[in-house]
Amino acid sequence: MNKAVSRREFLKTSGGVALFIGVSGILPQMISCKNKKEVQGIIQKHPLTAWVQLTDDGRIIIYNPAAEMGQGSMTSLPAIFAEEMDADWSMVSVEFSPQESDIYGSDKWSPNQKVMLSAGSRITYGYYSIMRQAGAQARYILMHSAAEHWKVPLAELSTENGKVIDNQAGKRISYGDMIPYLVMPDNLPEFSESDFKDPKNYRFIGIDQPRVDIPEKVMGTAQFAIDIKLPQMLYGVLERGKLHGASPKLNNELEILALEGVLKLVHFDYAIGIIAETIDQALAAKKLLNITWSEAPSSGFNSQECYKKYDEIASDKSTGKVIIDEGDINRAIKSADKNFTVDFKNDYVYHAQMEPLNAVVQIGADGKSAEVWVGSQQGFDSKLGIPKYLGIPAENVKINLQYLGGGFGRRSMTDFVLEGTGLAREVAPRPVKLIWTREDDVCYGAYRPLTLQRLRAATDAQGNITGFSHCVVGDGGNLVASGIGIDYYDIPNKFAEWREVSEGIRLKHWRSVGHGPNKFAIECMIDEVATYFKKDPADLRRKLLAKSPRALATLEKAIAISDWGSAIDTNRAKGIAFLERSGTLSTGVCEISVDRTTGKITVHHFWSANDAGIIIQPDNVKAQIEGGIVMGISSVLKEQLTIVNGQVQQSNYSDYQILRMEDIPDSIETTIIESKEPPRGVGESGTPLVACAIANAFLKLTGKPLRHLPFTPERVLNVLNT
Amino acid sequence: MADYSLNINNQTYNVEIKEETTLLWVLREHLGLTGTKYGCGIALCGSCTVHVDGKPIRSCTLPISGLKKNHKITTIEGLSQNGDHEVQKAWIEAQAPQCGYCQSGQIMQAAALLDENPSPTREEIKIYMNGNLCRCGTYLRIVKAIEIAAEKTSQKP
Repeated sequence: MNKAVSRREFLKTSGGVALFIGVSGILPQMISCKNKKEVQGIIQKHPLTAWVQLTDDGRIIIYNPAAEMGQGSMTSLPAIFAEEMDADWSMVSVEFSPQESDIYGSDKWSPNQKVMLSAGSRITYGYYSIMRQAGAQARYILMHSAAEHWKVPLAELSTENGKVIDNQAGKRISYGDMIPYLVMPDNLPEFSESDFKDPKNYRFIGIDQPRVDIPEKVMGTAQFAIDIKLPQMLYGVLERGKLHGASPKLNNELEILALEGVLKLVHFDYAIGIIAETIDQALAAKKLLNITWSEAPSSGFNSQECYKKYDEIASDKSTGKVIIDEGDINRAIKSADKNFTVDFKNDYVYHAQMEPLNAVVQIGADGKSAEVWVGSQQGFDSKLGIPKYLGIPAENVKINLQYLGGGFGRRSMTDFVLEGTGLAREVAPRPVKLIWTREDDVCYGAYRPLTLQRLRAATDAQGNITGFSHCVVGDGGNLVASGIGIDYYDIPNKFAEWREVSEGIRLKHWRSVGHGPNKFAIECMIDEVATYFKKDPADLRRKLLAKSPRALATLEKAIAISDWGSAIDTNRAKGIAFLERSGTLSTGVCEISVDRTTGKITVHHFWSANDAGIIIQPDNVKAQIEGGIVMGISSVLKEQLTIVNGQVQQSNYSDYQILRMEDIPDSIETTIIESKEPPRGVGESGTPLVACAIANAFLKLTGKPLRHLPFTPERVLNVLNT
Repeated sequence: MADYSLNINNQTYNVEIKEETTLLWVLREHLGLTGTKYGCGIALCGSCTVHVDGKPIRSCTLPISGLKKNHKITTIEGLSQNGDHEVQKAWIEAQAPQCGYCQSGQIMQAAALLDENPSPTREEIKIYMNGNLCRCGTYLRIVKAIEIAAEKTSQKP
């Protein structure tokens, strides 16, 4: 224990004080739970700002600062807190914290700034130390209060499963029964690593707890934003067209306004909004809109023809934005015995989260306040841009976070929240539920960028890689650059650059971001080199990872669990890939076959070995990686969003098909390697393993490389027939 | 506009609404039974699956005028009293859901499968469940949950 901080400072820096504490004025204030009226009064006046609340009936409510989009934050973050608090898990319930980043933010996204953001698989990493610290402080307050109550030195007390214990006196009291005796210590200690619980006494970290959100998700009572119904609520829809950024001119405004239930039309720069009494009326009116669309920056763009231009950009003598420059790549290429140059491509993919975008927004009658119910991955502004949009102070905006029916990056945008706000402003104080149809969600999506990647590998005569160069051509900066690094590979000369091209198509992070396309290109290149030199691709990676022991351990583990190298059915082959995503190190192996008449690839088995640091909830980590692999298979074998003359060509699951149950592998085996390092992200590490593992298996099976995502049957047939 | 009397989860609901309104919007936005989800509106994702006389139906493409008064509609809210249908219990045992949005539909489809075929093979499960999409990629756990539920159901006298 070191560096005690004052109560006031604690509130400011560590974010809220443990236990049942409201903010009254500046200083946190302990509130007795005995006087319910007083408590309710104070809570009404001052929003509760704490990580935990003890209630009269003995329940421990722990606040989750992260979004819950299926990644299990509702269980894993409270489990970290409960571990250090030494809580009785059977008494724990979990609620979303208020969306107030000053109190509930983490600085792990951006130095010196507290941010609430569920993105980049970073919430466990981002909140691990915060939850441990806050949990330990909550326990300290309980022990301090018991010491005062029993008039014994704090050092004589201990805790056990939700009870403070005085072993000498043989007394014990449950946390809930401590409520009348709670006192705030003058100084709350800041705990350090040596003060925290010994991991061998862990009851929650590393030990599966059933996910707290699952019972309501199987009963149908879990509440998503789309399920919200408020008194006097209206419904909103927008027509945004299929050409991103085009402006609408509405030709039949009067006709639409005359329709039954239609209350108002709202003009946006890029859309026409309709507000109606019921959802069916709003949707019926949307179908009848007669709109002329302007041209836009993406007019004339054809996503399947642009690769020729990208090839020219990659061939240009100038250099783009240099991302990595280690050693001397030009010398490596010049002095190489053999150089490989290979282009890889990937088409756009769409998020396809199952819950279409939506938000419920209510603006105060005076236009100076807003309340929002939304499934959001949050953001640097925990008020989701609404204060600026409405020109009102941030404290006048209340965000009620709901479960997300999938995020995958799409819900880290606020476009749909601001649209809902724009509609609600027109009919304040009546609330509006904005719903995107699936067609809206596809057509006005924000996709993982299309790219062309030119990779060069320089080798010596034995096939050792001496230089590795990676040029990515595409739109979106980090959206196409993430995952281009290969620190873990022992290659003396490395170079990577991004060459920008802009098409006016909306883009966004898509599960694993640039790692999907970049790791595909990198890992396939490794196998192309290995194949040329008749080396075992696993062996080649063994050499490359020789100086990265944690990475190498995942490789060895994957080799072992997949029985790599053993004889299998001659119609099948295995492929391997290694990568790092969100700090997690993963090796994946898949076993595939291909129907040579239809071009259809089948993935039979997938194995992965992962080092993700300390694991909070092992089964959930496996579930995340399994899910990521399934989404990876889906995107790699089926998903393709195309643009013709700027117009998005797909509109629903009919023409944007995602993986169905008929195409799932027989098994996915996920292994976690034990580690004492801080926890890292697992939500995205499975997804980018898939493209490269499949392509590498295909290369082994057929001798032909797959270099353009997705591997649709037509493309596979083309490759087989050339 | 017309008046409809619907038997949903063994309760009678009366609603005055346009004939072409789909059962999905009636359930969700008019009657507040929001466990049934909107996913695609064209019967391709299965999120809106309910039972009509015990058979799984995509409520997003079924106009309210296509229902009769004696049709028995069951939604996720009415599948069991306390969330204790064998399929729901198995779903928890397998820790199947992630985001959970598609799961009401998955569970309704799976419950109908086990009614028709109490001991399905893995292949039969895949075929029957093929119309229900899950973007989080929980398919393998859904299969496992159905196998658990089938085993529990078959053990019952």
